[in-house]
Amino acid sequence: MSTVSDYVARIEGTCGAESDVIVVFRYEKKDEAIANIMKKASLKNTIAGIIFELTFEGLSFRLYTSGKAIFRGIKSKTELMDFLAKLLL
Amino acid sequence: MDIKAIRQDFPILNRKVNGNPLIYFDNAATTQKPLQVIDSEVGFYQKHNANVHRAVHTLSLEATDLYEKARETLAKFINAKTSSEVVFVRGTTEAINLAAYSWGLNNLGKGDEVLVSLMEHHSNIVPWEINSKLRGFTLKYANVHDDGTLNYEDFESKLTEQTKIVCLSQVSNVTGVINDVKRIAKAAHDQGALILVDGAQSVPHMPVDVQELDADFLAFSGHKMLGPTGIGVLYGKKEILEGMSPFEGGGEMIKEVSYNSGTGHCGVSWNELPWKFEAGTPNICGAIGLAVAVNYLSALGLDNVLTHEKDLTQYAMTQMAECKKVTVYGPKDSSKKCGIIPFGVKGLSSHDVALFCDNYGIMLRSGYHCAQPLHEMFKLESSARASFYLYNNKEEVDRFVEVLKEFDQL
Repeated sequence: MSTVSDYVARIEGTCGAESDVIVVFRYEKKDEAIANIMKKASLKNTIAGIIFELTFEGLSFRLYTSGKAIFRGIKSKTELMDFLAKLLL
Repeated sequence: MDIKAIRQDFPILNRKVNGNPLIYFDNAATTQKPLQVIDSEVGFYQKHNANVHRAVHTLSLEATDLYEKARETLAKFINAKTSSEVVFVRGTTEAINLAAYSWGLNNLGKGDEVLVSLMEHHSNIVPWEINSKLRGFTLKYANVHDDGTLNYEDFESKLTEQTKIVCLSQVSNVTGVINDVKRIAKAAHDQGALILVDGAQSVPHMPVDVQELDADFLAFSGHKMLGPTGIGVLYGKKEILEGMSPFEGGGEMIKEVSYNSGTGHCGVSWNELPWKFEAGTPNICGAIGLAVAVNYLSALGLDNVLTHEKDLTQYAMTQMAECKKVTVYGPKDSSKKCGIIPFGVKGLSSHDVALFCDNYGIMLRSGYHCAQPLHEMFKLESSARASFYLYNNKEEVDRFVEVLKEFDQL
């Protein structure tokens, strides 16, 4: 059975007042991760086919075709992991 | 400068990122390394590797010779009077911490003042904040104008008889603004204060002469000037370094450690300069690699490097002004700055911009760039930053602007 770690290579807090969190998907699983997320989340907007602005369970986030996602307003790592589990698995 | 020929020396520039040719515009964070530096690192470990000083075997003597010659190269590069004024450290951060702790130990206390500016990198703020708590001195901040240039009047008005040292970056790592540190050095010395110059963004990009500036301390990093990571320099005037206590204790920095059975303690005497400040095995290979980088830069000529970067900056800023959603922060006059352009895109965070550009193989930095006070002053949550170096060219800028113009369609 797959886990979040199967898809996620690294989670990094960004520098800046926005306190965004960047999730970097494993290179070999990024296409699968993107496909899973696109199936579950609603597409709000797309920027040049590179940035996808999505919402899921009331939270907006951005997904990049290079295999990264930016989440804002996540309060803890546990909350993020739960959210990722729902999106990816 | 023959940029096409220079680019041949940087193998990493041939790689692709996300299917696109790499465009490396994150040079203010770290620079790429030429083959000459890479070969010197490999060559050292293949032919000369041994620990330096206090050994008599051939390899150690060779390593020591290379290490100390590297120091001489660095001393000449910044026009230090003697190589004993060049202390090898991990980088600018360690250099400033060394000065703050070791010089501060004997020279800063209650009633004293230290003056920095609001445009400083955190590494020229935090060591002083920490030390002000330890030693009870007052840390004062000089203001910056709305365009990111230093408010000299405010800086000079905050210099008092209580000011013991002023600490200022020669070039801002956010805006690329060049500060007139010679003017500030004179003002500081007139008040009897010292000056520490953060040269992390200046030494790699322009000629820096410590005697001409009359700098008491100069800190810079090797990795921002084609050299390896983990090596940098603290320059200090000999008479000032001689009066300072060591930063770290251990091997190499001592002359003698002798146990006294009467007192039950060891009596310790310090080594001579600069080894007094180099406890433990130093980054030998890094220092040698840095000297190779310095020779590479010297062969090109730092005046030429600066001219190239200024041209590129002017070229980029002119084109970026045509991008409807892009706002460039800092001075619009490129003559006031080096090759660093902070900017924002309307409706997007700096991280969105950096990730968008990454998709096209363009490496930018996003965030505070370790200069939160300056961003707060600009009322910015963060910024994206493009920073150039000697191997960047106009074709790369054209591609970068082409990508930025995609934001116009939003």
